[in-house]
Amino acid sequence: MSMSTAVGGRAIVFGDDVNTDVIIPGRYLVSIDPAELAEHAFEPLGPEVQQRLRESAVVVAGRNFGCGSAREQASTCLIGAGIGAVVARSFSRVFFRNAINTGLVAVECPDAVDAIEDGGEVLVDYTAGTVTVGSGTFTFAPYPPGLRVILEAGGLIPYLMREAEAGQRG
Amino acid sequence: MGRTFAQKALERASGEKDLVPGQIVDAFPDLYMSHTASWRCIRTLERMGWPELYDVDRIAMVMDHIAPADNAKTAGYHALCRDFAQRSGVRKFFDVNAGIAHVVLMERGLVKPGEVIIGTDSHSTIYGALGAFGTGVGFSEITATWVTGKLWMKVPESIRVEVDGPLARGTYAKDVMLRLIGDIGADGATYCSVEFHGSYVEAMSVSERMTLCNLAMEMGAKNAFVPPDATTRAYLDEAGADPASYEVLLPDPDAEYRQVERVDGRSLVAQVAVPHTVDNVVPVTEVAGTKVDQVFIGSCANAKYDDLAIAADVLAGKTVAPGVRLIVTPASSRIMAKAASDGIVSTLLAAGATITNPGCGACAGVGGAMADGEVTFSTANRNFQGRMGSYHSRIYLGSPATAAATAVRGVISDPQELLA
Repeated sequence: MSMSTAVGGRAIVFGDDVNTDVIIPGRYLVSIDPAELAEHAFEPLGPEVQQRLRESAVVVAGRNFGCGSAREQASTCLIGAGIGAVVARSFSRVFFRNAINTGLVAVECPDAVDAIEDGGEVLVDYTAGTVTVGSGTFTFAPYPPGLRVILEAGGLIPYLMREAEAGQRG
Repeated sequence: MGRTFAQKALERASGEKDLVPGQIVDAFPDLYMSHTASWRCIRTLERMGWPELYDVDRIAMVMDHIAPADNAKTAGYHALCRDFAQRSGVRKFFDVNAGIAHVVLMERGLVKPGEVIIGTDSHSTIYGALGAFGTGVGFSEITATWVTGKLWMKVPESIRVEVDGPLARGTYAKDVMLRLIGDIGADGATYCSVEFHGSYVEAMSVSERMTLCNLAMEMGAKNAFVPPDATTRAYLDEAGADPASYEVLLPDPDAEYRQVERVDGRSLVAQVAVPHTVDNVVPVTEVAGTKVDQVFIGSCANAKYDDLAIAADVLAGKTVAPGVRLIVTPASSRIMAKAASDGIVSTLLAAGATITNPGCGACAGVGGAMADGEVTFSTANRNFQGRMGSYHSRIYLGSPATAAATAVRGVISDPQELLA
């Protein structure tokens, strides 16, 4: 049986340059628990945005999503809030790394971002390299194999633990 | 085709040849920096079942973001780090008294040309000031590197920035960078290696080069670079770095750049980044007169010795405007000691400044928080909403001279008007 590589659901749409202090304020970095962090995700934007985040499965954004700090919790707080994928025009490099390394699907697909409406349904298939929005399908470059294995293991640490275990079994 | 600095640095760290931009390689970094986030790395190592460390001498820990501890929880994290460092033999451990990680490691000779250095801090680009390849990563990546010694890295394209000087009076490295970030945008250098060249860069001190490389992060850079020269060598000698322990890597004259940017320092005026993004940059004259409640001179961008000296020059014999709080947080204990011994600290105190212990301080949201509706003028590198206290406060960014002038007047001011 092949593993499903599609994630999706309701979208919450943001603009350009959403920074890490807005995604998860520095005062909450005393935690690494996804559920605890999720309570404060996007807190600077107010409770209405936070509520919509919890009802969504895909974060959609413009350019440079996750710019700013190297804080890994910017990714884990979204996972804790039930987000399975982020579709953006572009990512800051540290956010992109942190997403892959914590098992959060992050794809750059500007055409899809144009087509997605706030509250609409989105499906991301990272093996096929497609984002489906209504009747439209948009493509993006699939992950290099080395990154895909990390993502599918649930992140860098689970990947390394699995590798170490496999090594011991020899 | 010639190679850029980034190509050479990643070839050295990966052992591979003829790397081209876009390739993904396993790099073996020379140094793994973790700051107050070290506790997260230790917890992650615990989750992995305490595997053996690849090379404990490549681990550097600096307790800077929350220093000293502000409550029992963070005190517990600090205790965890101290205990781990002692048990595991981490010799490059610096406690809450040392200062900001980047500056502490550089002034102690632990950052050297040609090295690849990863850090749990986005401003790790600063190591380029000494000709090293520094880049920020998440804490899981630091933990993974503790264990495996390696990390996947994409070979970046490079941007060449030419800065010609001398700079106009009242302008500094911070103004150069704010202008550049304003011009190319917060994502103008995303995933790129940014090399700084030109007559002004060659004439700069290492401290000023730190400001350039630090702020390169705010246009999305993966790393930054200033070619090492006699100035670098003198700094490294004083810091105690053995010349035999490093190899200077320079880009080839015919290296390929994605783009070339030029900043003419001679016609520059003081620049200010206005809320809430770092690329929202205007000449100081456009926001002059804006009332502030607080001025913060601190952070890895601008709280080094010369930054404090510049602020003291502006503040000498004057006082901070009534109702304005001036907070000065030296970047390191060594900088603070020097500033104390040559009178800078007393000048600042006489002007009415609050001087805190070295570290990240208010830039990381610890001390110096703002109430609803307040405004801070800061020398740090970020003005994001809510970064310093209330989500309904505002942060403006500029040079230490502009900050000091603003503290004296109580409104955002062009430092030219106060410089003797």
